[in-house]
Amino acid sequence: MTFEQSLSRLEEIVRDLERSDVDLERALLLFEEGITHLRSAGAALKQVDARVQQLVEAADGSFSVVEFGS
Amino acid sequence: MSARRASGYGPSVTDDAAPGTAPESAIAVHTLTTAAKDLIEGAFPPLWVRGEVSDFKAHRNGHWYFALRDAEAQVKCVIWSSAARRLPAPPDDGMQVLALGQMTVWPVRGDLQFSVTKLEAAGDGLWRKALEQTRLRLERDGLLDAARKRTLPAFPRRIVVITSLDGAAMHDIVTVARARSADVELVMVGARVQGDGAPESLVAALAQVSRWGDADLLIIGRGGGAREDLWAFNDERVARALAACPLPTISAVGHETDITLCDLVADVRAATPSAAAELAVPSRREVAGRIQSLGSRLVSAAKRREDRAVAALSQVQKRLGMAATRVVERRRSRVELLAGQLQALSPLSTLARGFAVARTPEGATLSEREQFVPGAPFDLWLRDGIVQAIAGVNRPLPRDATGVLEEEQG
Repeated sequence: MTFEQSLSRLEEIVRDLERSDVDLERALLLFEEGITHLRSAGAALKQVDARVQQLVEAADGSFSVVEFGS
Repeated sequence: MSARRASGYGPSVTDDAAPGTAPESAIAVHTLTTAAKDLIEGAFPPLWVRGEVSDFKAHRNGHWYFALRDAEAQVKCVIWSSAARRLPAPPDDGMQVLALGQMTVWPVRGDLQFSVTKLEAAGDGLWRKALEQTRLRLERDGLLDAARKRTLPAFPRRIVVITSLDGAAMHDIVTVARARSADVELVMVGARVQGDGAPESLVAALAQVSRWGDADLLIIGRGGGAREDLWAFNDERVARALAACPLPTISAVGHETDITLCDLVADVRAATPSAAAELAVPSRREVAGRIQSLGSRLVSAAKRREDRAVAALSQVQKRLGMAATRVVERRRSRVELLAGQLQALSPLSTLARGFAVARTPEGATLSEREQFVPGAPFDLWLRDGIVQAIAGVNRPLPRDATGVLEEEQG
């Protein structure tokens, strides 16, 4: 699951939990799932700065991405 | 020129007549018109001329012909195809223009001709006309429909940037992306963004990105410049290639006030390349804040749900207890009522009040005189014991005794 999907699932879970009619068993499952997404989203944030790359197309039409200026 | 004039048309010191000075030395027509052309071209430097366009014709071979005129005069004009290609659009008849050109003679017809290399219409007329014509074609093909606009991904992982690799735009985009310091990869694809070949270069870069496709978002643009410098982004081929891009697109050309066809076709228009980077790259601080707020909402929502469950449980317990108590009490009072009724009906209570009951030795109650056989034994049940008795003769109750009995029973 991408960071974006993880975060939007988290939004959905929080909205569901904030509704008053969710039953208890489901609420507990949602909470557990929410915590999982919270952890993975938080971990994704700790990554490095923006990288600058360059697109290179080989003669055979295949592509590679190399560090800019290399 | 002067050498030719000296040898060709000037007074001659020789006996031979100079060409054209006598019937015998008559010159050819083309010699005359070519000489006139050389003379005129030598006499006029390139000049800007203002006037109104009339009788405009674009020839199949790419040359444009028209006349420039004012109230008193007119001159025939040509724009050769090489110069026409550099102009955004052909002029319309009646358009007020400024034309830079060379006065000359067209030897073939002997006409005076103004050979134009640059043409500017009042109020950027040609540029606006070209833009409008292209815009209409794009609009007709539905490329400007609002419904076509895709939403940008909130957290792009990889962003392709098509721009000049040594331009200000690239620098601005990288700087902003680094400042927002989110986890993104910028993939640069170089292209000429102005001058000859710029549209072709931009189209090639777009085609390459479309073939590759392994990114979440495209930014195409360049920094500010003169209108002519931005013109490649108004090229129809570039606009169409941008519209065909499979990735969501942001166009960022020039400054706030410059709006190009690429801006109209792109999913999102950014005012500048820096603004494009701000739109594209989420700020790590904002994202962290959002995650934090989602986390605390998650925990407090779960806590509230838990509190509510606990409250509901204790409420249920209380109601259960109350219901149980009510059931027991209802049963108890019913038992008491029945016991009272039972008590009232019990023969023992009658006996307690001093009555006796006659029964057969087998225990059947004897309540009518026909049941007594004179001389037969029977038992009398009293408050404190049983007495055996023998039945005598029987007779009906005296008439006035009924009331006494009823009174006794009531």
